[in-house]
Amino acid sequence: MKRALAALVAGALFGVGLAIARMTDPTVVLGFLDIAGHFDPTLAFVMAGAVATTFVAFRVVLRRPNPLLATRFELPPVSPIDRALVVGAAIFGVGWGLAGYCPGPALIAAARGIGSALVFVPAMIAGSLIHRAVAARFAAVDPVALSTE
Amino acid sequence: MNPWIISFLGGVLIGISATALLLFNGRIAGISGIVNGLWRGSGASEWAWRAAFVAGLIGGGATAMRVLGQDTPSPASTPMLIVAGLLVGFGTSLGKGCTSGHGVCGLGRLSKRSLIATLTFMAAAIVTVYVTRHVIGAAS
Repeated sequence: MKRALAALVAGALFGVGLAIARMTDPTVVLGFLDIAGHFDPTLAFVMAGAVATTFVAFRVVLRRPNPLLATRFELPPVSPIDRALVVGAAIFGVGWGLAGYCPGPALIAAARGIGSALVFVPAMIAGSLIHRAVAARFAAVDPVALSTE
Repeated sequence: MNPWIISFLGGVLIGISATALLLFNGRIAGISGIVNGLWRGSGASEWAWRAAFVAGLIGGGATAMRVLGQDTPSPASTPMLIVAGLLVGFGTSLGKGCTSGHGVCGLGRLSKRSLIATLTFMAAAIVTVYVTRHVIGAAS
């Protein structure tokens, strides 16, 4: 219950941050990605603010033996840079460049009732479910062919 | 205030949120991972914090959009939005992360995997925008 409450507050801060940073406006995001056109550097400032904060604050937090409401920190395991990571990131990047939506802002814009996000979000959920189905199928044949997580 | 300073402060708020989730719950604030975990079926308390984070995200974000008067849609056509959504869903599931997980949290942790992922999706997105706006767009 306490963990859900902490997650609710963290989620709300994240959502408000994305809106203030104007990442919920796909034209701003596409303006940043359009380096050959009317380049809009907004996204670089957002990333700078976010990464500067996590860079310092994560270090302080991870000095603790454990989180406040859980038994241990669950960080992604150190794993090699594999094909799934690079191919997955490239596929995501193409989709991001086509629509100007990454997952968080898309969910928020859909909740706000923006038509383009209401089309994008079901397709995004379908895309991740398709990957899971494909990965499960490949895992049955070759466990290292595609990751299931 | 300069709009870039406001964007920087929005980014700081995102960083504070990610820090809060790590400090309280010991979890990384990767939105695609949190959402995809909702239908992985890993127990009620696991589902509860993920659902709560998403509820806070869309509640807080949509309210802020309303207050700020944001209602700009994506310029992409409906078929393009469907293709884009499928690619974003598939790619973030395969590559295990999006802008928040790899970009904000992974870079903050100096993860080599996240650095490679972030450079890759940034490059792919820049090339995609270049092609759609300056190659195909210029031809039509």
